[in-house]
Amino acid sequence: MAIVSVELVKLRRDPTEILTRSIQPALWLLVFGQVFGHLHAVPTGNIDYFTFLAPGILAQSVLFIAIFFGIGVIWERDLGILQKLLASPSPRGALVLGKALSAGIRALAQGVIIYLLSFSMHIPLNWHLPALAGVVLSIILGAALFSTFSLMIACIVKTRERFMGIGQVLTMPLFFASNAIYPISIMPDWLKVVAHINPLSYQVDILRALMIVGGTSTFGIGTDLLVQFTALLILILITAKLYPSIVR
Amino acid sequence: MPEPTDIAISTENLTRVFGSLVAVQSLNLKVPSGTIFGLLGPNGAGKSTTIKMLTTMLPPTSGNAVVAGRSILGDAVGVRRSMGYVSQMLSADGALTGWENLLLFARMYGVPRKERRMRIEDALRFMGLSEFGSHLVNSYSGGMIRRLEIAQSMLHRPSVMFLDEPTIGLDPVARHLVWEKLRELRASFGTTILLTTHDMEEAEELCDLIAIMNAGKIAVTGTPVELKQKAGTDSMDAVFIHFAGDMSDTTATYSDIAQTRRTASRMG
Repeated sequence: MAIVSVELVKLRRDPTEILTRSIQPALWLLVFGQVFGHLHAVPTGNIDYFTFLAPGILAQSVLFIAIFFGIGVIWERDLGILQKLLASPSPRGALVLGKALSAGIRALAQGVIIYLLSFSMHIPLNWHLPALAGVVLSIILGAALFSTFSLMIACIVKTRERFMGIGQVLTMPLFFASNAIYPISIMPDWLKVVAHINPLSYQVDILRALMIVGGTSTFGIGTDLLVQFTALLILILITAKLYPSIVR
Repeated sequence: MPEPTDIAISTENLTRVFGSLVAVQSLNLKVPSGTIFGLLGPNGAGKSTTIKMLTTMLPPTSGNAVVAGRSILGDAVGVRRSMGYVSQMLSADGALTGWENLLLFARMYGVPRKERRMRIEDALRFMGLSEFGSHLVNSYSGGMIRRLEIAQSMLHRPSVMFLDEPTIGLDPVARHLVWEKLRELRASFGTTILLTTHDMEEAEELCDLIAIMNAGKIAVTGTPVELKQKAGTDSMDAVFIHFAGDMSDTTATYSDIAQTRRTASRMG
């Protein structure tokens, strides 16, 4: 929790990153959402495309914030901060979890902005407290999952240049091979398989069920949570093992 | 509980191999409690690798070491609880205040909540930083940052401290102030200090004992006076050249030099 509280202090002191990062989801909602909404090309059931898209864009923002967390750890290694953390008695798993929850804090701040954007665009949001609590949990869970994945990649590639290359290669396929901007039912069969093993699909699914009025879950909320928790646990165990290797 | 001992750090055939490179070869070292011990050598001699192994950041390929009575292999967490570490790089977080940097490490080291404020105030006072505790660290000078980092590493009252080139890039005034604080730390708390340095004046002024490493091995160990006698010279620079030879031009890697220059540059 010490690492998480540092993240909160930094975020409060300099929210610039959150504000600049909100431009991209705003463009997706305003431009992409508007154009595809008029086309009526995507079957979205009993909700319009804007409403369908909003949870996908929230999940995308969480992914984009979290997936580049690894590069921050490479910076911390180069600045000697990570060495000091690793020389402390804190368990490696706790250090990884601290970073993962820090990503959750940043993603939550982004989530607030996307809620405000969605509200201003008259997207019917579900304001019930249990639904909001579920959205908060799922944002933290998704950010923790993808940031831990990012830390694992950083531990393997070790340099900023390699990480940037791999980060770019991973982000868009994760996004497009998910149900963020279109339902899995319209995908070709091979992509359906990829979408089903892509954790982002489960995050979008739970957000779609909880964030918007009339939203439903394809996999079931229990499955969404179980898949994400299991993936997070596995990634934390692997990354905690790999974490010290980043300073060698 | 570990056995009380007069030796704070001891290594037994400590070895680390990276591929075909033997970075540290069968290192046998004994550092008496309460001494300031200087580990010298050219870039690439194996000093930083030795510190990484002693601080449990890097497992040895073979051999073992005991730090503050605890084995780096058998009780790595115990070693980490008993030691403080100051890295070569300027590692305090510039986006936080001095106080916040200290609070982070007080929590990381499990300093009891009730004692945190007192320990942080003591550490700031000890390092002459009391009036700067609420300032953002990115407004500190290089010397102040270094003192803050030493304050961070002493919050949990470690019996052993490792400092990797603690005064690199500092101006003479800041350097002397850091030396003074390290001497006070040893005098006040009996802390054993192991530091690496390239600065022969620092080694002579500050260290009770010096070991010069060369190509992963200890070339010589002794007090500054003893080393001068062995080398038949009055100059510590000449002692270094005598025992390290001309390896300093051939063993340093690109990343060694880049890191050293980056740190010196950030120290401003």
